[in-house]
Amino acid sequence: MFDGLDPVLLSRIQFAFTISFHILFPAFTIGLASWLAVLEWRWLRTGNPVYAEVYRMWVKIFAVTFGMGVVSGVVMSFQLGTNWSVFSDRAGNVLGPLLGFEVLTAFFLEASFLGVMLFGWNRVSPRMHFSATVIVAVGTLISAFWILSANSWMQTPQGFAVAKDGLFYPSNWLQIIFNPSFPFRFVHMVTAAYLTTAFVVAGVGAFYLWRSIYLRHARVMLGMAMIMAIFVAPVQLLLGDMHGLNTLEHQPTKVAAIEGLWETERGAPLRLFGWPDQEHEITRYAIEIPRLSSLILTHSLDGEVKGLKHWPRNERPPVAAVFWSFRIMVGIGILMIVTGLSGLVLFLRKRLFDTRWFQYWCMALTPAGFLAVLAGWLVTEVGRQPYIIQGYMRTADAGSPLLSTPVAMSLTAFIVTYSFVFGAGTYYILKLIANGPDTEDDAYGSHGVKQPPLITTLGSEKGGRHV
Amino acid sequence: MFSFDTFLDLPLIWFGLIAAAIFLYVLLDGFDLGVGILFPFAPSEQCRDRMMNSIAPFWDGNETWLVLSGGGLFAAFPLAYSILMPALYIPVTCMLLGLIFRGVAFEFRFKAHRSRGIWDYSFHFGSLAAALMQGMILGAFVQGIAVEGRSFGGSPLDWLNAYSVMTGIALIFGYALLGATWLVMKTDGIAQVWARKCAAYVLGLVGLFLVVVSISMPMMDERIQNLWFSSPNLFRLLPVPLLTIFFFGLIWSDLHRGHETRPFFLGIGVFLTGYIGLGVSLWPWLVPFEVTFRQAAAAGPTQSLLLVGTVILLPVVLTYTAYCYYIFRGKASHESTY
Repeated sequence: MFDGLDPVLLSRIQFAFTISFHILFPAFTIGLASWLAVLEWRWLRTGNPVYAEVYRMWVKIFAVTFGMGVVSGVVMSFQLGTNWSVFSDRAGNVLGPLLGFEVLTAFFLEASFLGVMLFGWNRVSPRMHFSATVIVAVGTLISAFWILSANSWMQTPQGFAVAKDGLFYPSNWLQIIFNPSFPFRFVHMVTAAYLTTAFVVAGVGAFYLWRSIYLRHARVMLGMAMIMAIFVAPVQLLLGDMHGLNTLEHQPTKVAAIEGLWETERGAPLRLFGWPDQEHEITRYAIEIPRLSSLILTHSLDGEVKGLKHWPRNERPPVAAVFWSFRIMVGIGILMIVTGLSGLVLFLRKRLFDTRWFQYWCMALTPAGFLAVLAGWLVTEVGRQPYIIQGYMRTADAGSPLLSTPVAMSLTAFIVTYSFVFGAGTYYILKLIANGPDTEDDAYGSHGVKQPPLITTLGSEKGGRHV
Repeated sequence: MFSFDTFLDLPLIWFGLIAAAIFLYVLLDGFDLGVGILFPFAPSEQCRDRMMNSIAPFWDGNETWLVLSGGGLFAAFPLAYSILMPALYIPVTCMLLGLIFRGVAFEFRFKAHRSRGIWDYSFHFGSLAAALMQGMILGAFVQGIAVEGRSFGGSPLDWLNAYSVMTGIALIFGYALLGATWLVMKTDGIAQVWARKCAAYVLGLVGLFLVVVSISMPMMDERIQNLWFSSPNLFRLLPVPLLTIFFFGLIWSDLHRGHETRPFFLGIGVFLTGYIGLGVSLWPWLVPFEVTFRQAAAAGPTQSLLLVGTVILLPVVLTYTAYCYYIFRGKASHESTY
């Protein structure tokens, strides 16, 4: 039925599809877990119930997202074997421990203490509950550490030897774990996750402010999110630049594709936009800024940058996808920095929480982080093709001995299931946002108990303004 | 590069560890999936809420043992992983899809109002599919896997036959037994009365399937037959079936006498004896009957590093897992608690 299709191509599409879906959840939960820890800490320190109410609202969203992250993540741990068995066989000696340690150091930690975080309110002390939140947050970071180390090793492999049987054998674990691109990829991804969360939170806060509901909570959300946008978004640009320079050193083909650069040039221009034509080896309709590419990449106006023609055709990645994904990622990053700057100006003018256009702006940027994360991963994963292990093993040689039909069927099943299940998940998250936080006022009212003493209300008002 | 393979039998240690991880997964997710299998038959909506709440804090940690089994197999025996996964492509994929529908139901069900029914069924059929596929994987595994060079050499539907369908159904009832005895322990009132009835009913079927599997296994392969029925072995292995029969009798009487916690642990005993019986029969194959665990073992340095990490981390993991079970001890309530 699907005999005309290449099973490896289908496996590539399936892996790209399932991992793209999956990365959205960790990108959100890594940031959310840390933010929840900060909220609970603020609550324990100040006693201000607004923090607890914001926490309880977002912990529900966290639980839904985390659940989806778990089930889509289990799929990933089996797909290496089902679809990429030759890769698993050859690279297992090196990558196995990294993935094994991810399970032992992170997954169990997150899974066990998530239960305490969600259901433990009345069963453990507030301190223990706070510890559980912190442990989950740390767990998400440890998980990112191992998986990004494994991914980075595939991009910039070292600390191994290939034996006569074609298998990769480890020779230095520290070199394997701390391979050249890992530190950059790790900080870049964690920062991206923090920004992703910040912009979702900012969007929701802006939505409440726009509707004039849950104002105290909305200020906490938008205020804290703006702190991230003001301070972290510019740092991310810097980290991205460092990551790029590292890529230039170790994966120059990827950088040439990012730049849409075909000829090796001194004083290479920066192409803002254009249409890379893989067949004719040229970037059409390019809008260029002279010498800027050389300046960014070599920190010299007439530094030499290698063009794609330097490598044979079968060593080059699909250029247009890398070129455009990169521009989407950077474009969103710039929008985030602009948001931070605007937020700062508005804050100094004391207009941060009541400026209409800024509320629309923040609402529009709610999904920005997700798009940037996806675009960024497209750059780095498509950009390293045709290799699965840079320089040593091609993706085309890594697939399982499968027929097309089962892979086509599983791909269809994954697309249908993910669209339905994760569509529903998104719907429930939107519903939780629409419901808003359960405020103290409501709770007291519904139980027919009197309002708490005035002093609490005053305290919370003050706390609300504080951010 | 450190390696302990000069003074430790690393492949054997890892074979034991992976076998233990798989067994823990079967037990822990077994009762979760069992609860899902019994879910629509519960006497009331309130019972269903309680069933869900009794496993909600644990299911995620339990499923992590599956990731550890898969990841551990990849890390410690990459060759076995890369032969078995393509061989079992369809059932593994179906199991994963089942686990997706099962896993998201925990969160979605309490958020949904009008569409709650969808997630009730998603929970039930997801659990059912995952259990069926795991049983079929077991059935296909014991019948042997075709190997060519370092890869799977069979066809995509090798795993599908009457025998694997039988083992699939058998595991559904096995998990239902664990789920029912878990509910006896974690609930009271009408939920517990109902769970007792379920457990007693399912117990008979589990016994029937165990007999069928025990008779068919030696008939399938001469080596297994020789192993069990040659004279010194017969007496050494006799405790395994005898213990199983003893456990069955005890569960049966416990269920009718009001014991609350013991049936669950006796159910674990039944699984343990069954697992040991299987392990003895399949020794030393990791890909029956083509690749032994020694042939599939990862390089010495790889298994050594993993061992260092595991020796440090596994006790920690077990400790806090036990702590979390301790926090949520006692009967489950029907109220949504967060």
